[in-house]
Amino acid sequence: MISTNKPSRLNKIVSYTLLLLLAFVILAPFFIGIWTSFLPTMEIAKGNFLSTDLSFNNYVAAFTKTPILRYLANSLVVSTLTMAAQLVFCSMSAYAFVFLKFKYRNAIFILFLITMMLPFEAEIIPNFTTVKNLGMLDHYSVLLIPFLTSAFGTFMLRQSFMQTPNELKEAADIEGLNHFQFYWNIVLPYNKVSLITLGAYSFLGAWNQYLWPMLTTFSNNSRLIQNGLRQLQSEETFNDWGMIQASAAIIVIPTILVLFIGQHYFKSGMNEGAVK
Amino acid sequence: MSTILNQVSKNYGESNIILNNVSAEIETGEFFVIVGPSGCGKSTLLRMIAGLTEISDGDISIDGQVVNNLQPKDRKLTMVFQSYALFPFLNVWDNVAFGLKARKLDQAEVHQRVNDALDMVSLSELKDRKPRELSGGQRQRVALARAVASDAKICLMDEPLSNLDAQLRVKMRQEIYQLQRKLGLTLIYVTHDQVEAMTMADHIMVLNDHEVQQIGTPTEIYQQPANAFVANFFGTALINVMPAQKFDDYTLNVDGDFQIRMDQKITDEATKIGIRPGELSIEAADELTANATVKSTEFLGDETIVYATTNSGHDIRILLPGKATHAAFEKIKISSSNNIFLFDANNKRIPFEAGDLVNA
Amino acid sequence: MLKSTTPTMVEAGTKTKKKHRTFSLNAKDKYYALLFLGPSLLILSVFVFYPMLRTLYISMFLTNTLGKTTVFNGLGNYTDLLGSPEYIASLGSTLVYVFAVTILTVGIGLLLANLASKRLPGIGVFRTLYSVTMGVSVSVAAIFWLFIFNPSTGFFALLSNMVGLPVINWLTDPTMAMWAVIITTVWMNLGFTFLILLGAISSVPTTLYEAASIEGASERRQFFKITVPMISPTLFFVSTITLIEGFKSFGLIDLITKGGPTNSTNMLVYRIYKDAFYSGNYAQASSEAIILTVIIAFFTFLQFKFLEKRVNY
Repeated sequence: MISTNKPSRLNKIVSYTLLLLLAFVILAPFFIGIWTSFLPTMEIAKGNFLSTDLSFNNYVAAFTKTPILRYLANSLVVSTLTMAAQLVFCSMSAYAFVFLKFKYRNAIFILFLITMMLPFEAEIIPNFTTVKNLGMLDHYSVLLIPFLTSAFGTFMLRQSFMQTPNELKEAADIEGLNHFQFYWNIVLPYNKVSLITLGAYSFLGAWNQYLWPMLTTFSNNSRLIQNGLRQLQSEETFNDWGMIQASAAIIVIPTILVLFIGQHYFKSGMNEGAVK
Repeated sequence: MSTILNQVSKNYGESNIILNNVSAEIETGEFFVIVGPSGCGKSTLLRMIAGLTEISDGDISIDGQVVNNLQPKDRKLTMVFQSYALFPFLNVWDNVAFGLKARKLDQAEVHQRVNDALDMVSLSELKDRKPRELSGGQRQRVALARAVASDAKICLMDEPLSNLDAQLRVKMRQEIYQLQRKLGLTLIYVTHDQVEAMTMADHIMVLNDHEVQQIGTPTEIYQQPANAFVANFFGTALINVMPAQKFDDYTLNVDGDFQIRMDQKITDEATKIGIRPGELSIEAADELTANATVKSTEFLGDETIVYATTNSGHDIRILLPGKATHAAFEKIKISSSNNIFLFDANNKRIPFEAGDLVNA
Repeated sequence: MLKSTTPTMVEAGTKTKKKHRTFSLNAKDKYYALLFLGPSLLILSVFVFYPMLRTLYISMFLTNTLGKTTVFNGLGNYTDLLGSPEYIASLGSTLVYVFAVTILTVGIGLLLANLASKRLPGIGVFRTLYSVTMGVSVSVAAIFWLFIFNPSTGFFALLSNMVGLPVINWLTDPTMAMWAVIITTVWMNLGFTFLILLGAISSVPTTLYEAASIEGASERRQFFKITVPMISPTLFFVSTITLIEGFKSFGLIDLITKGGPTNSTNMLVYRIYKDAFYSGNYAQASSEAIILTVIIAFFTFLQFKFLEKRVNY
């Protein structure tokens, strides 16, 4: 495209200075964290940041002395399963709201909308009793089952499914496809972008869960990474800053790499989801 | 006191040339139309005059001052965009007032000018509407009012009518023309529509392939096109450009199909001719004398266009007055008046000697 | 693939649309509906509707330490709460936190997005860098910032020592602890907010800016008179989202301040958690949960209303 009037030289210098300065401020916590993760805790405690005694010792310690790998694996499994489940169940209920005619459809849909207004945080007391009575405490299932579906995901996919051209449905009816075939072969592929967006949301959502897993898991077998880090921090290693920073780095580096790679999808998906 | 383009060029890197060596003088108060097919660089040229796009080479001067490095706002001009560029969150009145407020004019003057401008485009009654509540023609008028309200004497328009339907386009064309005359604006108008150019312009600049093809009045452009491209671009029924050979000093042989007797001596460079469809006539003929076969006819009311194929295989258009009845596959004999254009091998028109200009 | 078949289908479709829709009112649909909607309805009933009603129910009773309801108390728990200076203080600190976080997040996010929307060489790098905090989870953010705030070995302490200023007790001073949580939250929110706002700014038609620059509007004026009004729906959207998430904050508070010092960061959700699972006061915690729900429902409703209006726009 033809570019608009180029900013003047001075303008450019000001812009770049600001851009760099802000980038520096935003990234500073990362730099500080990752830098200290290579320093021995002794040097950190002395305030000796510019020490050149850099090593991977903290990383080795984090991997060998703490269950961080187990936490990571737990989080990965739970987040992936949550994502998969939400994709299936949200898309199914969204399909029902868009393509099926049944009694009380609108009433049920309003019920879903209301659900979006109710914070899960306000429901933890009875939910805790429920999962305790069902014997699900400290087990993967307690982290999964309440989150198999989400009203937000259903709502988002419904909006997307409604954009599916009516002709596709009519063509499918003429071809004699049943609802399962239409759902699986046409609606899902047609709404791929929204599904990817929802997948990213639900994965990140599960990955960042904090309160519920903290209440319902208490052994390393099922503890997730967010709570695991808190555990490390409050245990005997409290002042081992080098190792704590290393564990934080172990978690954040892969996420950021995935983010950079997936950024393209994220951006387009998010702009679609947001008001335009 | 005019706008002068002096060898203006625009390129992005070595290979991507948008405009090459454009020179022109646009007189104050004239209606100047830049016309050409899409992709010829006409919008870029307008944006360079406005200051929205940087100039790679050459100068643009307005009223004797080189404006190459001036910000758009300092060039004392206004612009009407193809999409109108109306602010959707402001009502009509505020849209028109936007620029005046930005220039910090005093309240009373802003009111005066906005109200006058809205009056002039007959939008006073709709001044509280939002752009989305207006029809296409009304939006167009808001954009015009914005140009009118500013006291800038140069107004740039980038395909302002292309988003309107055909009927509205004719109406707005007249309104723009009247407005330009009434206010004495220097109007630089970009379009791809030759009809708009012919009907409104004082001068037309024809652009093609990133270069100026011709600058002239509508009459000059129509009657003395600089080359085959220009001849082709103007005229509602498309001109017939066909290969032709010199038969003798005064006779042209049109690809063996028919001959044209000229009043002037024919130069050796002539390799093609351009015949406007109206210069051709048809007689019924038998197999032996026929030089073409009718393909189809289009009845336009007071005229008919006959599409035919010559014996040598060229498509040819003939414009006949009234209703002509020629069936498909009918054999016909075509002949031409000598009011034609001669082109050389590079498609440049070969001018006739002064004095015996037939097509004046 | 599918596109090639649509033109003929369009014709067939428009002619039979009305008739066809009623055919679709197939008797079988309701079985499919049960199949497609059943799982979601079941999950939501057990883990959303039931607990909401149950919470409402408990909130009107007194409970024993096992969470069993004992005596009906009507709205007593609510009047007790709203009469308790401690709870009002908690509500107040939540409001301070939520509004500070929202104003800062949206303000800084807008500044970043506006800067990064300029067409400058290499701008893509900055766009990526500014969105980087999207990949940071609560615990990582908390660790990074806890280290920076740490009064003895932390980065801020080190800086203060270097320039000879007194070290700020970020985590032990009630006011500063609140700011520590606010800063960390804003930092975490920035990536997401930035990306959404950048998307909105990029979709403003360039001709609007061109028209304005010809008419003499400065860059500053263009920002306030074009960019801000054009993206106001998105600004509203990110503001309400940030607001709602702010009211639900728990993780960062638990990790950074644990509600302290002297309850200065004991915000709504943290309080519910403490009252229910530490003190065993389930009735009071339930009333608090209902109050939280009312607040969040209000803002979500506001957002729905606005979205609905936008659709018609």
